[in-house]
Amino acid sequence: MDRHLLSINDLTRAEAFGILNTAHELSIISDGTLKKLPTLRGRTVVNLFFEDSTRTRISFESAAKRLSADVINFSAKGSSVSKGESLKDTAQTLQAMGADAVIIRHGASGAAQRLADSGWIQASVINAGDGTHEHPTQALLDAYTIRNSFPEYTDSFEGLRVAIVGDILHSRVARSNVLLLKKLGAQVTLLAPPTLLPVGVDSWGVGTSYQFDEVIPKVDVVMMLRVQSERMLDSFFPSEREYSRSFGLDSRRLDLLPPRSIVMHPGPMNRGLEISAESADSHKSVVLAQVANGVLIRMAVLYQLLGGQTLGDTSSVQPITQVANK
Amino acid sequence: MNEGSMILKSARLVDGSIIDLRIENGLIAEIGTAMAQGGTSIDLEKNLLIPGLVDLHTHLREPGREDSETVATASAAAVTGGYTALSAMANTFPVADTAGVVEQVFRLGQEAGLCDVFPIGAVTQGLNGVALAELGAMANSIARVRMFSDDGKCVADPLLMRRALEYVKSFNGIIAQHAQDPRLTVNAQMNEGIVSGKLGLTGWPAVAEEAIIARDILLAEHVGSRLHICHLTTAGGVELVRAAKARGINVTAEVTPHHLLLTDELVVGYNPVYKVNPPLRTAQDVEALRTGLADGTIDIVATDHAPHPTEDKDCEWQVAAFGMLGLETALSVVVSAMIDTKMMDWAKLVDRMSIAPAKIAGYSAHGQGIAVGSAANLAVIDTSAVWQVDRNRLASKSRNTPFHQMNLSAVVKRTFFNGLQVFNDGEVLNRGGK
Repeated sequence: MDRHLLSINDLTRAEAFGILNTAHELSIISDGTLKKLPTLRGRTVVNLFFEDSTRTRISFESAAKRLSADVINFSAKGSSVSKGESLKDTAQTLQAMGADAVIIRHGASGAAQRLADSGWIQASVINAGDGTHEHPTQALLDAYTIRNSFPEYTDSFEGLRVAIVGDILHSRVARSNVLLLKKLGAQVTLLAPPTLLPVGVDSWGVGTSYQFDEVIPKVDVVMMLRVQSERMLDSFFPSEREYSRSFGLDSRRLDLLPPRSIVMHPGPMNRGLEISAESADSHKSVVLAQVANGVLIRMAVLYQLLGGQTLGDTSSVQPITQVANK
Repeated sequence: MNEGSMILKSARLVDGSIIDLRIENGLIAEIGTAMAQGGTSIDLEKNLLIPGLVDLHTHLREPGREDSETVATASAAAVTGGYTALSAMANTFPVADTAGVVEQVFRLGQEAGLCDVFPIGAVTQGLNGVALAELGAMANSIARVRMFSDDGKCVADPLLMRRALEYVKSFNGIIAQHAQDPRLTVNAQMNEGIVSGKLGLTGWPAVAEEAIIARDILLAEHVGSRLHICHLTTAGGVELVRAAKARGINVTAEVTPHHLLLTDELVVGYNPVYKVNPPLRTAQDVEALRTGLADGTIDIVATDHAPHPTEDKDCEWQVAAFGMLGLETALSVVVSAMIDTKMMDWAKLVDRMSIAPAKIAGYSAHGQGIAVGSAANLAVIDTSAVWQVDRNRLASKSRNTPFHQMNLSAVVKRTFFNGLQVFNDGEVLNRGGK
């Protein structure tokens, strides 16, 4: 990992923990009076969003602004992209405008990597979700959130049990989380109807199960994924009710969870489908913490990519507290 | 045309013998040794002389997409690759589904004058899979079409496929099926397997090919007609064809050079130059395809040469066009995959790339072997040379070769079409055609 963050595969275990540590340092500053750091003053960060995602966009925007970067929001809707402009032309335009980092959200798997590899642009590329491939900053913020709930796993996730439940096949969140959680040492179980597990999942080094009730008493973290109701139309499952009965996190299942366990969801939630209102709002739910932590993780990634430091190599990063005091 | 005689000296044949050969009026007139000089004489320096290669699966793009290839540029690419006959797939704009369009393509081939261009007719009107095209009219046109295909699309309707297989029996036609169940491959991007699962790309499962092959084999048996399977890619498909042949069913099959050499692991990185339909498969499939080609289960190699302009590949994987160039690298790729690995010898290669395809399609002036009386459609190969593919130095109008910067075995030195030299040492010799 040097210039880009395209996939969790770009990070070593040490680099991943380094990002979590940087985010933690940033959280200490944010809790104080100082909201803004001068680190990226004069640098231009572009939010290049080909898919609607207000939540992710404002999270990155907020992160970049707290580091004093100039932020340009380039939304594909209503732009030249919808008039048939190619990714290549868009990238070259951003290059001409002097973008230092491009945060890309795109419906096509691999779009972030194409942007980084094709020589169209010199900027650092951060993948903010590409099709059904990956969403690395989501996985990092999830790991950060888990660590905050389980201080005993600060330096390693060995022994931590995580269940990821839902549409694994179409989920970039699941792919990035599987890669990162495994890298950090956690034991991962995927729960989904067989139709929503990818071919080849046996090679992922994770457990799989179709029986939510059997798995749920034995997990520390249950990560629910959003289920698109249009999957039903493609016969991935027969009905919303049947899905909800088999794979929804309702009050009964919430009670089956071990006492210290937490409930996560990347949002936006379909209340009543994959998660009941009681579960979403219970004391076990860390959904809002995930949102807050998203800004910190994205600050940490931007800080390390644009600060000229290798991601996660905290030994060479100037202590943030010093930067803040300048 | 073709008057006068020419002597090719010191040609090595696949059996290792060194001969001289005299060409007269476009035919091989005499084979001997130490032949007397007289008129034009070319020393082949003991390079291998083989019948010109025959491709049964070529996308020439004209009419309609002349920005990616024309009949003339495809012909130049063909002779550069040692081919003397091409078969123009029907998915042009307009579709080659009438006598008018196939005659136009046929004439464009004659005007280019570098090799024979035999049009393949569409099975269904507009490739829409709804109603048969006028197969008889295309068969009776000056293009004399015998092979029909909706390639790019599968004739998915079993009743329509049955009718097509039956109908072409009256003129000994053959249906070339692009075996892809459309419902099993909605929005499919690459081989369904471990790699697609990791990359988050929609899978194109092997069963979508195998289900159609199995069905069509049974249909061909039932109606007693000829079936040809285009670009076989799966180990299961090879097994189905092997079993059908053992039962005496009249089925033939082709494999592309790229499916003999490349695997779906190359898709990691999302470079659309590796996007092709049917997709690159696994190493196990490649092994089965090589074995099938060597033992004759797969009858022929066909290029599925599919030119695309730069902008259709210089983009996101999902929006990129399917297809790869093939004509100029086919021979060398097959040598690398089959001869360098000792799975086939040159005699078998000549059968799979010239003799057998000419026989399947009924191209009587091609794939005839080096014999007196045969049309002088020939290629000369330096079998010991190695070359590096450079996409910027191709005769094709397009650049989408997956073999860029690869080192491949065997170099085509010369190509002769109807007794005229049309390619010599890297240079296409334009004779102006008819």
